[in-house]
Amino acid sequence: MLDVAINVVYFMLSLALLFAFIRLTRGPSLADRVVALELIASVVVGYVGVHAIDTGVSSFLDVAIVIALTAFLAAIGFARFLERGGLKNE
Amino acid sequence: MSEIFVSILLLAGASFMVLAAIGIVRLPDLPTRMHASTKAGALGAMLTMAGVALHFADSAVVARAVAFIVFILLTAPIAAHVIGRAGYFTGIELWGGTTKDELRERYDPDSHKLYSGLEERTARSTAPRAQDGSDQ
Repeated sequence: MLDVAINVVYFMLSLALLFAFIRLTRGPSLADRVVALELIASVVVGYVGVHAIDTGVSSFLDVAIVIALTAFLAAIGFARFLERGGLKNE
Repeated sequence: MSEIFVSILLLAGASFMVLAAIGIVRLPDLPTRMHASTKAGALGAMLTMAGVALHFADSAVVARAVAFIVFILLTAPIAAHVIGRAGYFTGIELWGGTTKDELRERYDPDSHKLYSGLEERTARSTAPRAQDGSDQ
């Protein structure tokens, strides 16, 4: 039961990662790419959580926390870069 | 029994993340894409972490998962607001079907300044709260 669900979840998260990657490559503006990167970060967090259940190693949760923290700080940094006269209308 | 709940939580979280990804590909402009990705993506990550907490059912793991959920709940709106603000200020074009843009007359892109619309009132009452606005 749980094994089947974990495989299905892996597949769905891969699909989500693929869609977010499409937006990351095509995104017309830099802000679109930042939004796609943040979605990729939360999908990777989902991967890490599912992998923790799959392998039974609960220490992977620390990895998830660090990834979420880094993604938040990266979003803030990108936004500051854009607002302080970074690239205009890429 | 708890396996079923864990499966349901994981599948729900993954479904929300797939919805967010579909929205980020299909929607027309930056604010709508941001709307899809931040709300659904954050809810997906939170549901996945709830599944992890239920699966391990250990006090240390549950504490970390709850800390993670609170962290996502706090930071997702902040990141969305900051990126949306930066995107608007760098001059992305909005979707053609946008009917209301209340920032357009309030924002001066040359001086990079936002006006609230209450500037005249605060400028006139230079003696603050002295006459309480009764003579205006």
